[in-house]
Amino acid sequence: MYAFDLERPTTLADAQAALKSDEAQPLSGGQTLIPTLKQRLAMPEKLVSLTAIAELQGITKEGDTLTIGGATCHADVAADGSYPALSALAGQIGDPHVRNRGTIGGSLANNDPSACYPSAALASGAAIVTDRREIASDDFFTGMFETALDEGEIVTSVRFPIPERAAYVKFDQPASRFALVGVFVAKTADGVRVAVTGASEGGVFRWAEAEAALSSDFSPAAIEGLTVPSDDMIGDIHGTKDYRAHLVGVITKRAVAAAG
Amino acid sequence: MPADGGIGAPTKRREDVRFLKGTGRYTDDLNRPGQAYVFFLRSNVAHGRLKSVDTSAAAAMPGVVRVFTGADFEGVGGIPCGWQITDKHGEVMQEPAHPVLAQGKVRHVGDPIAAVVADSLEAARDAAEAIEADIEELPAVVDMKAALQDGSPKVHDDLTSNLCYDWGFVEENKAAVDEAFANAAHVTTLELVNNRLIANPMEPRVAIGDFDQAGGNSTLYTTSQNPHVIRLLMGAFVLGIPEHKLRVVAPDVGGGFGSKIFHYAEEAFCTFAAKALNRPVKWTASRSEAFMSDAHGRDHVTTIELALDGDNNFTALRTETHANMGAYLSTFAPSVPTWLHGTLMAGNYKTPLIYVNVKAVFTNTVPVDAYRGAGRPEASYQLERVVDKAARELGVDPIALRRQNFVTEFPYATPVAVEYDTGDYVATMDKLEEMIDISGFEARLAESKKRGKLRGLGVNCYIEACGIAPSNLVGQLGARAGLYESATVRVNATGGIVVMTGSHSHGQGHETSFPQVVAEMIGIDASMVEIEHGDTANAPMGMGTYGSRSIAVGGSAMVRATEKIIAKAKKIAAHLLEASEADIELKDGQFSVAGTDKSVAWGDVTLAAYVPHNYPLEEVEPGLEETAFYDPNNFTFPSGAYACEVEVDPETGKVTIESFAAADDFGNVINPMIVDGQVHGGIAQGIGQALLEACVYDEDGQLLTGSYMDYAMPRADDLPFYAVDHSCQTPCTHNPLGVKGCGEAGAIGSPPAVVNAVVDALQRAGKTNVTHIDMPLSPSRVWAAMNQ
Amino acid sequence: MTQVKMTVNGKSVSGEVEGRTLLSTFIRDTLGLTGTHVGCDTAQCGACTLHVNGKSVKSCNMFALEADGADVATIEGMADADGTLNTIQQAFQDHHGLQCGFCTPGMVMTAAALLKENPSPSEAEIRAYLSGNLCRCTGYHNIVKAIMAASGQDVGQIAAE
Repeated sequence: MYAFDLERPTTLADAQAALKSDEAQPLSGGQTLIPTLKQRLAMPEKLVSLTAIAELQGITKEGDTLTIGGATCHADVAADGSYPALSALAGQIGDPHVRNRGTIGGSLANNDPSACYPSAALASGAAIVTDRREIASDDFFTGMFETALDEGEIVTSVRFPIPERAAYVKFDQPASRFALVGVFVAKTADGVRVAVTGASEGGVFRWAEAEAALSSDFSPAAIEGLTVPSDDMIGDIHGTKDYRAHLVGVITKRAVAAAG
Repeated sequence: MPADGGIGAPTKRREDVRFLKGTGRYTDDLNRPGQAYVFFLRSNVAHGRLKSVDTSAAAAMPGVVRVFTGADFEGVGGIPCGWQITDKHGEVMQEPAHPVLAQGKVRHVGDPIAAVVADSLEAARDAAEAIEADIEELPAVVDMKAALQDGSPKVHDDLTSNLCYDWGFVEENKAAVDEAFANAAHVTTLELVNNRLIANPMEPRVAIGDFDQAGGNSTLYTTSQNPHVIRLLMGAFVLGIPEHKLRVVAPDVGGGFGSKIFHYAEEAFCTFAAKALNRPVKWTASRSEAFMSDAHGRDHVTTIELALDGDNNFTALRTETHANMGAYLSTFAPSVPTWLHGTLMAGNYKTPLIYVNVKAVFTNTVPVDAYRGAGRPEASYQLERVVDKAARELGVDPIALRRQNFVTEFPYATPVAVEYDTGDYVATMDKLEEMIDISGFEARLAESKKRGKLRGLGVNCYIEACGIAPSNLVGQLGARAGLYESATVRVNATGGIVVMTGSHSHGQGHETSFPQVVAEMIGIDASMVEIEHGDTANAPMGMGTYGSRSIAVGGSAMVRATEKIIAKAKKIAAHLLEASEADIELKDGQFSVAGTDKSVAWGDVTLAAYVPHNYPLEEVEPGLEETAFYDPNNFTFPSGAYACEVEVDPETGKVTIESFAAADDFGNVINPMIVDGQVHGGIAQGIGQALLEACVYDEDGQLLTGSYMDYAMPRADDLPFYAVDHSCQTPCTHNPLGVKGCGEAGAIGSPPAVVNAVVDALQRAGKTNVTHIDMPLSPSRVWAAMNQ
Repeated sequence: MTQVKMTVNGKSVSGEVEGRTLLSTFIRDTLGLTGTHVGCDTAQCGACTLHVNGKSVKSCNMFALEADGADVATIEGMADADGTLNTIQQAFQDHHGLQCGFCTPGMVMTAAALLKENPSPSEAEIRAYLSGNLCRCTGYHNIVKAIMAASGQDVGQIAAE
């Protein structure tokens, strides 16, 4: 790693101040960032840790809305259970140790194309709340490892409307255990949203055809015959574009079945 | 049940206590006073001409002690190869130079270009970024067959081609083999890839060079399976340091699986630099670095043909294999596809005619060498896959076809130059069938089907040659070293024993099982015996731990040395008891005069040896210490039968192992608990190879699987509990313990079982066009095969 | 350099670290507690697993400064004060749950975290919980068996032996 300063503020205001300087970068759970730093692929002058800030922690449920602090770790979300599909997803990220460190805000801000959380946020129609504004999930994910966040902008919480029915099914990439394909399906009074992670060169995406089919018939059979274009899929040593396109259909069906 | 601590007892491992408390001492846990750290600048291109390396800016950076390049190693020896193959034309193999740091060219991603020694690792790494290496990138050679075509770029400009050797075995049999194929009633042909793997012991390699200027002595602390071999290779061939001025210490070693046999450039560098700088120099590999600097394993591409007569008897076998050597010849690389592979092609079968051709090829990839099983898994995989395919083509039961062709009489001289001393392949297959409930398979298949899953059963057998091995034989085969083992048994005055051995545990529990042997021979408690290993300052010489040789060769050396101890102790006892030496018997640690009640205890005799007040000084010297070198007259031949049951998800192609059973014949067993553990680990690595693991390069020679993010290691939830059994025991006839070795069996026997099972599942589901899928059988490959 | 303070195995410790100093480096190099091992650089092998404030973490994937003020437990603190192996450690020895020993500290720390959350885990739950800890020697068979035994479950029926 290159040398950097590490600050560990205990209030959001201090974190914001610390992030004002050039080449400062927020550090949340660090489960992706630290390996990146080890490879010297990033060269921040300062890292500002967000995990000691109490106001970024915690999970609250008000009515049908679940609000999760940006620096809440995956293990806490997994244990919460008020949005079962989301808790189940959090319980499948990485491994138990990673889940004790990695945070929802960090995961969303990183927008790894194979990460689990972006699919939940997008399918649930969550709102990503930052220290500056609120961003609808449809506007948040702008491409592989890219989001609508500005430099130094901090995800303070994520607000999930809890759907009537929902499920996440993940098919593991055998080495990294990230999603080779992961599908989050959420059914609300307004219809069905389907978000796919792991598969696309563009990162997480909504599968419009599946959403339309499921909105009129929420059953695995509704997916039969639907396909995503394989051209847009990731092709690598773990799966060809065709294989990933095929898996999107299979895993979506399974997610619908799991959502019951 | 044998007495705890004796031969055959499942004695709990004494070394576990320190490992469980975090007080093991691995090489990276050691730090020498004043040590500096080295960081290697490694090539990020697979093939290139090294036009210049400017280190001036790096040398001036803070904390930097010195920057070394290939130029510093001119006049220093290169990394040697320990085995020379003679090809089918009688010519010796092409053997390229392997400099410690690259000279003239870089030949694989990871090839070290320069080494920065600094006060801290981060300072060294910072400075490495300031090195300006001007590399003219050249086209890379990655595919073995392409590498052999005319006009292919050459990995080594001074060699005539990328062909290391073209080996024919047994060349004299070729015409007869061809004739048998011409006359065959049926021929089954299979092309397959034995996937390139990375050993991945959990402890990355570490080397610390140290130099005592006053005495002129060098010490290397290293993660090695065989410190004496490193001392010999590095001292004699690279740095020109005689053995008495060089000590190599390998403390606790965190796994090896072959990858820590070899002498590596980093070891030579640290030893060299410590002397040059008069300061200890430490290198610790990161895992990413390990992926591109540890020798890789396997990487064979084979066409195998099996000829059968009208009664389904195997009449001939013919193979052509391309074996990847990588960019340089690692220590034992040339022997793996030849003598550790060709000699095993008879397998468990009495096929009368066999011809094996192996073309070893240089490519712009990391050197390839022995990995758990080394050559024998490649042999077993081809053979057991082609036999399975033949059974399908002929419409016969694959187990019956195997049984029909088993070797049943021993000793059996194969047509590939080895003689199996003992074995009972029928017994292990019987045992296996007993373990796996074949009759219940249809019901399990139906149950899987209900859940939308396919199910298959794969069975195979294997034979391996281990206890490596007779020096006179391997010498004829091109080994540049002997392959004996030594042991020194030092008995102290109060009766406690220290055994110094050239074998070196890297997880096998030698500290527990070796004392079981010595203690049983004398009849004392195993706690009175301590093992010292891993240090050239102790055992006189040693060839180390690999090839499942530690108990068969190292253990036998201990037996021989202990026999000498007992013989001498009997002389002393005879004197103490005023009896004839011929009448002295040793039982349960007591020396007694046959037919009398006169006896003297072990401790009295050992005390007399060191306090020789009443002692036969004119007949024997004081003291009680003996050394023996043991060199067997044959390999040992463990064998067994394995079975795997899988489910396949037809929608995703994902394979899950539902059950796995192994019936092995290891001859006699010293510690059955440890033996079970060895088999478990081998099976996991075999399943890993079959389903998960692959080291992949792209066409430019870039390593696509450079970390655990892309190289799939087997995890706990990829694997089931295994049923293992070693109750079938045909003791080895030529070593004093009757043992055969068990370290590699699991990795040799398991890949064909898994692949046979998956093919079986697909065939049963009507995918009759799927006769083979290359490993690893990842979900995407299985899905593609089903949808081809 | 910054001063960092924490409690490690019940003892108050401190040292000077850089921002980039990993917790594993501080534990191994500054404190000399070399039972915590480093086996990879992508946070996958789990050999460096220890507990921070009662939760298992990969110490090579966390900065020392992030543990400032924390209560840290390492493998060296697992045995009883008189040196007797604790239940999990003893089960690993009894059931041959280790070979080379390199992954073992991480496995023991992980098993301890699991049994705290789930005192009687099933085989499948144990295997899932070990997904962040690689072992190359044992094939996991005896590790899973040892953890089941440590939780008081009968392991006599498990295949082999």
